[in-house]
Amino acid sequence: MIRLAAGVAAAKAVGTLARTAGRGGGTSLPGKVLTRVEPDAIKRLAARLERGNVVISATNGKTTTAAMVASILQRTGAELVHNRAGANMAGGIASALADASRGGGRRLTGNFGLFEVDEFWLGQVSDQLEPRATLLGNLFRDQLDRFGELEIIADRWATIVRNRAGLVLNADDPLVADLGRHAPEPVYFGVDDDRLALPELQHASDSKHCRRCGHAYTYSAVYLAHLGHYKCPNCGQERPEPTVVGTNVQLNGIRNAAFDLNGHRVELPLPGLYNVYNALGAAALTLSLGVELEDVIAGLEAVAPAFGRAETLDLGRPTSLLLVKNPAGANEVLRTLALEGQQLDLLGVLNDRIADGRDVSWVWDADWELLVGSVRHFTASGSRAAELALRMKYAGLAGDRITIVDDVEQGLDAALKDGEGPLYVVPTYTALLELREILTRRGQAEAYWR
Amino acid sequence: MADVLRVCALYPDLMNIYADRGNLQLLRKRCEWRGLGFELSGVGLDDPLDPDAHDLFYVGGGQDRDQALCAEDMATNKRDALHKAADDGKVIFAVCGGYQLLGHSYDLDGTKLPGVGLVDLETVREEGPRLIGNVAIEVTLDDTPQVLAGFENHGGRTRLGADTRPLGRVLKGHGNDGRSGFEGARGGARGTVVGTYLHGPLLPKNAWFADWLTATALHRTVSELGVLDDRLEDAAHAAARRAAGI
Repeated sequence: MIRLAAGVAAAKAVGTLARTAGRGGGTSLPGKVLTRVEPDAIKRLAARLERGNVVISATNGKTTTAAMVASILQRTGAELVHNRAGANMAGGIASALADASRGGGRRLTGNFGLFEVDEFWLGQVSDQLEPRATLLGNLFRDQLDRFGELEIIADRWATIVRNRAGLVLNADDPLVADLGRHAPEPVYFGVDDDRLALPELQHASDSKHCRRCGHAYTYSAVYLAHLGHYKCPNCGQERPEPTVVGTNVQLNGIRNAAFDLNGHRVELPLPGLYNVYNALGAAALTLSLGVELEDVIAGLEAVAPAFGRAETLDLGRPTSLLLVKNPAGANEVLRTLALEGQQLDLLGVLNDRIADGRDVSWVWDADWELLVGSVRHFTASGSRAAELALRMKYAGLAGDRITIVDDVEQGLDAALKDGEGPLYVVPTYTALLELREILTRRGQAEAYWR
Repeated sequence: MADVLRVCALYPDLMNIYADRGNLQLLRKRCEWRGLGFELSGVGLDDPLDPDAHDLFYVGGGQDRDQALCAEDMATNKRDALHKAADDGKVIFAVCGGYQLLGHSYDLDGTKLPGVGLVDLETVREEGPRLIGNVAIEVTLDDTPQVLAGFENHGGRTRLGADTRPLGRVLKGHGNDGRSGFEGARGGARGTVVGTYLHGPLLPKNAWFADWLTATALHRTVSELGVLDDRLEDAAHAAARRAAGI
């Protein structure tokens, strides 16, 4: 008890210091201090959440899905302890718990834990949290230099969730759906809408071969990367029938999307099919917890974009920020932008720091070709600006429509000055943090670390 | 002189993990801009491979499971065709997992994947971390040393046979095995078989090398291909070198 109290006190002191210094990166530091002092802090504090906790992991959409779940659960009177700033390794989760601690960790300000967890940390963090339910949304290739091959993550996850109760799984992702094989009564969600189907698997598709026997899947519909309706003609493994289903999907550019959730219309204030998937995951999770359908729908309809995920700011020009970090996510952003019309002005910011992945080869796996016909001008910025500019050139954009400005702040200003109307910014993760820091300093955006 | 570059990608659905299509896109666009034709075909598992129907054969990298499927197929169904192509001076360009399969074998913790034996080398996965990071090597293809910059990410350590020529000398990064100071390999009767761990993808950041491959495959000199506006290519090359620290 003394160690926990000391750890919580130290974590709170570090958190206050970081906020006073105006440093945004401090969201995982207090938790690191806490777990240094008391290695079991997450387990001990999470045990005080009266209504338990839930965990969300995926390659793409963790932060947005958690924001949706938060919006829904708040309607049920839940007081959330939530790592909402997106710091999702053990440190970030411990920080959220430390922040909610009172009386040296004897009490918490909330009664329900909602944690998004990095794919790599799912095992360690789950062992401590013992979640009531675990939502696994998707697996795509991402940061191969950090995570390694996708199959390795899938194998790790399979070990972690074997026999686990309370699994909520994406039926349309064969890698994720197969995780339910040994679990008691997993809940599946998925999309069922023929009009959305793509003509073929996208280039960035990762899981084309059966998890069980290695034979190529056949798809009767492909919705997004390797998500769709699949079946293995060799061993018969196929998409499980979901109980939470999205139909009649309507996509309206970067503004919003609508779909029927088990037959009831949802007007989602977030764009793109990827957010429909996030919403279906959030719905399946909360329905499995016993939340009423009307609360689920009201919560989804009230959600606000998470930081940098299709968020629009007024910078003289209406400027929308859309995070891109891997081919599957980028493709969905590009597909959504292509619905915005013609003559778009874009600022792409490609960094190669550790949190982005040092390896920038993924930009060649994303389908920038989708946008080429719709771009008026493309400004490339960031530590690997030239690589992104080159990608646009080889996607087919004329050289005189491309400018390179390495420095992010100068790049932003150059892009804002050149033209009028909306500007679309597609930054990688650390580039988004950089932009946010610039905009906060200029008083044009709210501080994100809260 | 042929005026169409006929490229054959081996296992494009399985061996494509490190943006290998970027390499193919480079070759395609640069042919188009020069008024040369470009044909791309793919061969998969069990497909026959015609050594005479293509000028350049490309093999990319894949996940372990996919690489194992391809290794078996390549050694069984495509070995003879690849040897004939190499003997005829066709270009065979293999990256990462594809490079490993050019040798005799790839030993993964006791499981041995067969190679096609085009180059005297073998690869072993050892204890110890994967070799990951930005990398730059010095390559001498004709007379002048030039730099290739890219990214490497491999668990296997590749050892070259006593008479095997490396592709280059490591300036920054790990290279074949993290110790020898060499990266990649060249082989074939006419030196037209090239393997390397460099992806990123390699050719966009090293357009000069893409042009060497194209020229060699078409039996021309690079200068005969003609000059393109390579300002963005040069900027990307410079950025990749900076990332590697040279």
